[in-house]
Amino acid sequence: MTQHWIDIKNADVVLIMGSNAAEHHPISFKWVLAAKDAGATVIHVDPKFSRTSARSDFHVPLRSGTDIAFLGGLLKYILEKELYFKEYVTEYTNASFIISEGFTFKDGLFSGFDAGTKTYDRKSWTFDKDENGLVVRDKTLQHPRCVYQQLKKHYSRYDIGTVSSITGVSKDNLLKVWDAVGATGKPDKVATMMYALGWTQHTVGVQNIRLAAMIQLLLGNVGVAGGGINAMRGEPNVQGSTDHALLYDALPGYHPVPTTAWATLADYLKANTPVTKDPKSVNWWQNRPKYVVSLLKGWFGDAATAENEYGYGWLPKIEPNVEYASLFMFDKMYKGKIKGGFIYGHNPAMSMPNTHKIRKALTNLDWLVIGEAHETETCAFWRQPGFDSKNVKTEVFMLPSCQRGEKDGTTSNSGRWHMWHYKGYEPMGVSKPMGWMVVEIMKRVKALYAKDGGAFPAPIQNVEWYEQYDPDFMAKKINGQFTRDVTVGDKQYKKGDQVPAFPMLTADGATTSLCWVYTGSYGAAGNLTKRRDHNQTPMQAKIGLFPNYSWAWPVNRRIIYNRASVDVNGKPYNPAKTVIAWEEGKWVGDVPDGPAPPMADPKGVYPFIMHTEGHGQLFGPGRVDGPFPEHYEPAETPITVNPFSKQMSNPCMKVAESDIDALAKNGDPRFPIVLTTYSLTEHWCGGGDTRNTPALLEAEPQLYVEISQELAKEKGVKNGDVVIIETLRGKVEAVAMVTVRMTPLQVQGKTLHLIGMPFCFGWTTPGCGDATNRLTVSVADPNTRIPEYKACLCNLRKADKVTELQR
Amino acid sequence: MGISRRGFMKLTGAGLACLGLKDLGLDPRPAAAYATTLRIEGAKEFQSTCPFCSCGCSILMFVKDGKFISSEGDPDYPVSEGALCPKGAAFHSMHVSHHRILKPKYRAPGSDKWEEKDWDFVLDRIAKRVKETRDRDFIEKNDKGQTVNRVESIFHLGTSQMDNEECAVTHQMLRSLGVVHMDHQARI
Repeated sequence: MTQHWIDIKNADVVLIMGSNAAEHHPISFKWVLAAKDAGATVIHVDPKFSRTSARSDFHVPLRSGTDIAFLGGLLKYILEKELYFKEYVTEYTNASFIISEGFTFKDGLFSGFDAGTKTYDRKSWTFDKDENGLVVRDKTLQHPRCVYQQLKKHYSRYDIGTVSSITGVSKDNLLKVWDAVGATGKPDKVATMMYALGWTQHTVGVQNIRLAAMIQLLLGNVGVAGGGINAMRGEPNVQGSTDHALLYDALPGYHPVPTTAWATLADYLKANTPVTKDPKSVNWWQNRPKYVVSLLKGWFGDAATAENEYGYGWLPKIEPNVEYASLFMFDKMYKGKIKGGFIYGHNPAMSMPNTHKIRKALTNLDWLVIGEAHETETCAFWRQPGFDSKNVKTEVFMLPSCQRGEKDGTTSNSGRWHMWHYKGYEPMGVSKPMGWMVVEIMKRVKALYAKDGGAFPAPIQNVEWYEQYDPDFMAKKINGQFTRDVTVGDKQYKKGDQVPAFPMLTADGATTSLCWVYTGSYGAAGNLTKRRDHNQTPMQAKIGLFPNYSWAWPVNRRIIYNRASVDVNGKPYNPAKTVIAWEEGKWVGDVPDGPAPPMADPKGVYPFIMHTEGHGQLFGPGRVDGPFPEHYEPAETPITVNPFSKQMSNPCMKVAESDIDALAKNGDPRFPIVLTTYSLTEHWCGGGDTRNTPALLEAEPQLYVEISQELAKEKGVKNGDVVIIETLRGKVEAVAMVTVRMTPLQVQGKTLHLIGMPFCFGWTTPGCGDATNRLTVSVADPNTRIPEYKACLCNLRKADKVTELQR
Repeated sequence: MGISRRGFMKLTGAGLACLGLKDLGLDPRPAAAYATTLRIEGAKEFQSTCPFCSCGCSILMFVKDGKFISSEGDPDYPVSEGALCPKGAAFHSMHVSHHRILKPKYRAPGSDKWEEKDWDFVLDRIAKRVKETRDRDFIEKNDKGQTVNRVESIFHLGTSQMDNEECAVTHQMLRSLGVVHMDHQARI
């Protein structure tokens, strides 16, 4: 989130798209309703009518997988009707930047596409620079190659007729949404956008979100109160676990993982530290070397020296063109290339796509360690239906994890609030925190290497390890410490002192920090994540900032890019909802994005400090599949013609291919129905925790499928009948819920049916059904490798007999 | 008179609970108030965070004689103001669920059952398997002769259920071992 939960109340328009906030982030909805009470218009765009829709001013059903067409039409509408916030767009975004001549877009492809590797060479996605190395700009926005004009050209194809025909949304409904959102391009009006997995779980997931962010930039809705682009993160600490990068492609703190392209630390830092010649651009990532060296110093301690590049050589290097993400991890496991490993608090036998493949893949392992609170379908894979345990050679260790209330530590909510939680009592049985398991296993691995040696022992010998798992100690270490006596400005710090904030981190080994964004959370003033102080200034209270409650990264800033909420003189665009203001030579309100004076001052800086050029990116060369989002169909689509280009699906999408992965062809008559999947209020993801909590299972006991009355009639199915849903990957049994919540859509002149299913029910809970994900596809977004759970092709029929739902 | 916000909520909460019965001509307020205090009387209060979605709702746990007896939404958390969804409201019952795994369990290759083991057995055995696989499969150089120092045959999956401090030790361990197949729910 660029914002935080409470900030939703400051919006004049709330667009909830790609989310069912009322059911899946119920507490967020408190603030949606607060906004509504204050006069905001609340809009829900989603295939299914839900409790979110019921409390919205209007619900607009659309065909799953057509968000870019919907938003592309909105963008065109904003430009055509000149609804955008001109000063903001000219000053704070890259609308005026001149794109290089080599950049083209033709037949659905941008310049630089290599059909062999299905990747783009992004060389031509750049800006013209002048003799001083500064980007050439035309603030009149008239130059034919300026971003604004190119944007206009790109989305000229997204006319209302085409958008309506492809999304299945009526023109009236489109205009209702477009008018409401478009009306927030005024300085004192603001829309917020709330999304979740409904936007991310597509082969164009990242571009869905990028397009939303571009619209927010055009309307001047980023950095201001009640605005922004707000990922409602699903998992309990998915914000923190992403910050700490339990991900193949990153090191803690959003640094790219070392690859074979960067053999030395010097190579790595050179390639990943952006440079700008523009003195007004903060270009925050120029500080990357300080954060990476402090991380390495934190990992390897005294063994990390300038001479050995702080241990960079000990880190594994991945191949730049090989896939490592979970989808491909299981693909390799299925093909016998992965032999053993760890699964903590994760139930891939339920939650990964094409779970037939995942379940088979697990049986190929020699050994598996699982840290869990309940025996999930992943824990019990060796006795799963259809397998004889005698033939499963895997050695399995099931480690009892304690629950949240049985341990100390911090989690980070979606608004980046970093909050301490306390251990209330001794864990039940001999269950333990997962951190304890990790520390104990590594302690033993280290001892074995110390005793017997082994392959490349240096990183194992040199990693600074822990006698015991101590959350308070780790919280201090994440914040970072000085490794020697240091003088910064007029302040002296002693070896072992906590680093007060990340501007004090250094690239010379004088500091440690296990994740720079958290530096400042545990400084000299102690552990700020424990703060429960409601005090705020009247200005802060007006927008519900709560700066003294817990601590938010970065540097307790609650609204990111807040310098864009003021004009070049530091005057708030919307004084009624001030985030920051320049008063008597200093900033008041939220913690600003850097202490520099307003932009008009000779020492002033651009607001978008994380971008090399300091401007919001309407043209975004950073994504692998295009600088402008383009509508492509899902990997499995019910249509045969994409009206926007000849390119049907995302040309860069990632596909895991094996003998049990299959994709239906475009418009396959055997599978004419679109299936989408979602969560439930009462169950959590794969259901491991919640199906084992009796009250929650009682509330939602069984797998069902939501189908429209029209489809039910067509298929001869009655409410409560058991039906079989079938795709090219498999079959699933579910109880039919015949409901007006699903609506047939008119797509390209034909009636199209959508059905929706939860995915939390699995075979270890008898009679509740089994994995919906046996139906879904092993394809993913090329930027994130998030699978396309939200759209695939299926058919359904009444079941002849009931097996999975038999009680 | 100083009524704290939380005290106020408790008072109104007790009042609301009585409305239905009062309409029937009974006034059970004194009894209900007594019951409410009895349940958590003498209990120590701890603050925790809901382990489900990223609203991160603060939850108050009541612990008496080392036993977790009850939980409720924390009215001082500015985001939730004391509210909880059904999952958050099930915080206590999820903790005390009889389905929980309470001891390490081991399943031998080809076996059809779990065996209970102590921590030392499983941790030692896991460390051995990690070392054996890593030693066998470690790759120092790729086909092009570039130094890669990685092990591809060990994977790690999870988890956003970990606290930040647990994530930090986990990442540190994985890179030290040379693991490259690592991922978690952020990619779901």
